[in-house]
Amino acid sequence: MSEPLLQLQGVHTHIGAYHILQGVDLTVPKGELTVLLGRNGAGKTTTLRTIMGLWQVSAGSVTFEGENIGLLATPDIAQRGIAYVPENMGIFSDLTVAENMILAARNAKRAEDMDAKRLEWVFGLFPAMKRFWQHPAGLLSGGQKQMLAVARAIVEPRKLLLIDEPSKGLAPAIIQNMITAFQELKRTDTTILLVEQNFNFARQLGDQVAVMDGGQIVHSGTMADLAGDEGLQQRLLGLSLASHQ
Amino acid sequence: MNSPATTAIEPLPTVKPDRLPLMLLPVLALVALPLIGSASTWVTLTFAGLAMGMIIFIIASGLTLVFGLMDVLNFGHGVFITLGAFMATSVLGLMTGWTTSTSLLLNLVAVLAAMLVAMSVAGGVGAVFERVIIRPVYGQPLKQILITMGGMIVGEELIKVVWGPEARPLLLPTAFQGSILMGEAAVEKYRLISVVLGLIVFAIMTWVLTHTKVGLLIRAGVHDREMVESLGYRIRRLFIGVFVVGSALAGLGGVMWGLYQQSVIPQLGSQVNVLLFIVIIIGGMGSVTGCFIGAMLVGLLANYTGFLAPKVALFSNILLMVIVLLWRPEGLYPVGKK
Repeated sequence: MSEPLLQLQGVHTHIGAYHILQGVDLTVPKGELTVLLGRNGAGKTTTLRTIMGLWQVSAGSVTFEGENIGLLATPDIAQRGIAYVPENMGIFSDLTVAENMILAARNAKRAEDMDAKRLEWVFGLFPAMKRFWQHPAGLLSGGQKQMLAVARAIVEPRKLLLIDEPSKGLAPAIIQNMITAFQELKRTDTTILLVEQNFNFARQLGDQVAVMDGGQIVHSGTMADLAGDEGLQQRLLGLSLASHQ
Repeated sequence: MNSPATTAIEPLPTVKPDRLPLMLLPVLALVALPLIGSASTWVTLTFAGLAMGMIIFIIASGLTLVFGLMDVLNFGHGVFITLGAFMATSVLGLMTGWTTSTSLLLNLVAVLAAMLVAMSVAGGVGAVFERVIIRPVYGQPLKQILITMGGMIVGEELIKVVWGPEARPLLLPTAFQGSILMGEAAVEKYRLISVVLGLIVFAIMTWVLTHTKVGLLIRAGVHDREMVESLGYRIRRLFIGVFVVGSALAGLGGVMWGLYQQSVIPQLGSQVNVLLFIVIIIGGMGSVTGCFIGAMLVGLLANYTGFLAPKVALFSNILLMVIVLLWRPEGLYPVGKK
């Protein structure tokens, strides 16, 4: 495992009266893809939102590149090189695909200001973005919106991508496309923390895995170990890989 | 390079632009024509309605964006209108020689000076208002309503302290007085000027919103402010900017309204406030285009009903709001907020 880029130590998060994260310890190694698995309500999305500063840390620390970012405001966290793709994709549906991308490229005022080479690379991953460049994002299909959400996160080089359930609600063919895109992304040594419920999807991408339950990390290790141990899958996730194939 | 998502490309559904709300304006005007009976009276009333609508739009545009960006219901917006109008009485009072001159240039300079001072003061007070009154109650709608109404009352009383409780005249400069004949219809020059000025403000606002990064951020922030922050932008700074510009525009609207009425009273803002909320609710809260159409509808309807049935005019705008909301419960152009 390479050196950690992001570390959560004893992180607690309260949302109103609810105590959601109850001492999360999580390490995300640099240049690897870490998958956060767990059933509904385990605290996966809250973990991503807490890292992003969208929920306040009640106790514990969130360390990114050696700096505690736990109490920083969301824009400050984003400016440190962390991109977030929320579960609802966060697409600005009244804006065009181009305008969505310009917003993500913080120093670009117009499409011409964006890094053309990088943009072509993104178009290579998601050709639909080029084709529908001037179309309102609200008209895109669910899969295309998910592609736009990921494309927006990578339109500029980021140090860490936080991606929440990218396969949710997508057709199998599009999920396969998404897997190929993520594999391409992994080749660029981008660090990714991916929340996922689809174990088959996660298994094909993950280097590391952490499993959450009841607001805590109950298992962490390599994906290869978890994928090869049906008993562990059964115990942690209540399923086996065989049931997904 | 892989092209992993190639198979996902499907043609997009074609959606026609929603022009129905736009059609309401000519429909309303055409329905009014036979009821009024006289074409010249109709032209005069239509220009009066458009002028009134433009002024209301200038005032309400900031209010709708402030709500759209941060869900802030500012019932104190009216105080910036009153402040702008009273500043104009002071500035134009100092420039009487210029306003009574027959020179169009001197008249223009005087009015522009009054507008600039009114906008600057209203914008400056808006910045303080946001810091002292709005910021402590972000995300608390009930408290926002109460405290901004309180701010409005305090502001109104402070205006009385400075300028007195009586009505103050705000006379039109000489070159702005009188009418222009369009066929048999007499259209007041100032109403024409108001329409042109309103269109300029609308054009500038539309250009900023659609052609600049700040405008892009405002449009995105109205839709989903959390995502804008996640992209690394400080939405609160943007909101303060919009609040200050909105307050300055209210000040400008106050000058225009005062010149339209030719007198100013300390209760001006609270009187106009009701119209503003009708306009932004009709338009769809957070929508500038909706606000523009809503303002035009309110202006036209007020003038037509004022002529046809003065008693109906008292509640015609409420009636308009009810009809629009029965048709489109979220307003003419709903903003798809997250």
